[in-house]
Amino acid sequence: MFSNCADPSQLEGLSWLLCYLTSGKHMMFYTSFFVVIALMLIVAPVALLFGFGGALAARAHFAPLRWFGKGYTSMVRGVPDIIFFLFVPVAMDQALEYLRYKMVCPPSDAPVWSNNEFNVCAAAKLPLSSSPQIYHEVYGFFLAVIAFAIVFGAFAANVLYGAMNAVPRAQLETAEAYGMSTAQVRRRILIPQMWTYALPGLSNLWLILIKATPLLFLLGVPDIVYWARELGATKSQIYDYPHPDWRLWYFLALLVFYLGMTRISEIILGRLTARLAQGQATMAGEAMRKAQT
Amino acid sequence: MNTCLQTIADYGLRSIGFGERVLPRGTFTLCEQFTLIGSGLIWNVYFGVLSLLFGFGFATALAVAKASGNPWLRKPAEWFIFIFRGSPLFIQFFIIYEMLVLLPRGGITLGGILIATNWMTSAWAGALLVLFLNTSAYSAEIFYGALRAVPKGDIEAADAYGMTGWAKFRRVIWPTTLRLAWPAYTNEAIFLFHATTLVFFSGFPAFQQRGDALYYAKFFADKTFNPFIAYPIAAFYFILLTLTLITVFGMINRRLNRHLPAERRAKLRIRPQIVR
Repeated sequence: MFSNCADPSQLEGLSWLLCYLTSGKHMMFYTSFFVVIALMLIVAPVALLFGFGGALAARAHFAPLRWFGKGYTSMVRGVPDIIFFLFVPVAMDQALEYLRYKMVCPPSDAPVWSNNEFNVCAAAKLPLSSSPQIYHEVYGFFLAVIAFAIVFGAFAANVLYGAMNAVPRAQLETAEAYGMSTAQVRRRILIPQMWTYALPGLSNLWLILIKATPLLFLLGVPDIVYWARELGATKSQIYDYPHPDWRLWYFLALLVFYLGMTRISEIILGRLTARLAQGQATMAGEAMRKAQT
Repeated sequence: MNTCLQTIADYGLRSIGFGERVLPRGTFTLCEQFTLIGSGLIWNVYFGVLSLLFGFGFATALAVAKASGNPWLRKPAEWFIFIFRGSPLFIQFFIIYEMLVLLPRGGITLGGILIATNWMTSAWAGALLVLFLNTSAYSAEIFYGALRAVPKGDIEAADAYGMTGWAKFRRVIWPTTLRLAWPAYTNEAIFLFHATTLVFFSGFPAFQQRGDALYYAKFFADKTFNPFIAYPIAAFYFILLTLTLITVFGMINRRLNRHLPAERRAKLRIRPQIVR
């Protein structure tokens, strides 16, 4: 990056370290932090949406829809999330390719799954093997987002379902007494009022989401864990910057990153909780009201 | 049917080194997949049960330390809990594995006695250590919350009886803490068992391909390019494991609550706020 880094073998001490930490590979390492943050920021709203759908489905009057909702909300309780992280991307990928196989491939008798292989014609591959590398990376990231959204959507559905049940019955009855329909009660009373009950759970979910992001590594996305292992591994003399096994230091840097993210989130979420508690018929709201008078 | 029994005999204990050495090849039968993934579950149970047992004691000590007025006790406990609860388990596995690798190969001589260290890097010891520390931190936070929620009246009653120190803690504070913490602790136990699936994906090598349930599930899914059989089998085993856990913890919960009138007994139900 800097001009004096042209010949690393001549450097020593601090300038060696400075050049080392600004090498091209390290720049990709730093970029991968933004990939992780982007994943969190994309997954959070999508998972919230999934959770919303799941919670509303679990409250539905139509029985099959309710069963689906209940099943979705309780799936993360019995099955480790890591199984979903491994399963969903591969399953999604094969489902999409199978759909395209039905559409674009010439009809053939050969079954798609046979001899321990998944066979679709080249035109059905996603992304096409001829497309540039960036498409492959974006596609992998997209599958990761779906996997995270499904798992965290189920957690969020759990939280929101509980929060909807926690809204005092009297408030809903009052709305009904004013002549509102079920949909109106839901839209005007239930959903606005449930947030204060949902927030502790959703805050915790955000913290869990932060701590689940290193699992991106398992999905084959070149994330911070991938780069930490790559850069920290022993580099022999054939490399520009030879060094022994430094993986411990790289992982300690990741540890500091995650602890920092957790701490910052805790502070922000604490403030948000305080704001949402204002004027609520809860202990926190009551305490705030007393403090003001 | 008989071939399936033969498969169970060959691979039922494969994950702990008994039976057939070579993993199945070619086409995989359902029986082989069920047997091997079930065999891997032994490791999940091993990690889960032992780290929970050891962690329980340490977590109680940590919770008491965090609630103590002495900063020399409180601060280290707070930092320990923050570090292990604030960072991903996956990263903790990597870091502690790298630390254990740094231990001298030949062992450490302490007071003339040679202590071997090379076993520490194997999964059965190293990963157990990480899971133990991790669950201690999470459980300590749960116990700490419960400790602070012990009713003032209970403590005053203990004082009135002239109880102090250890007797008061052992006979009044601790049982109530446990009772209040139990629903949340059940949750923690369930998610700890789920977390044991991370072990063989995080640096710890699966010696001679002896891995846990998810390790074998991934093995089959990778070999057959078909995720729709192996992963649901693993999921099935984990649902069974979770149901067993809920039953056992429910029995303990009933025992902890047995002195209370029925309507005041705490029920075990999911608390999404305290998912780890």
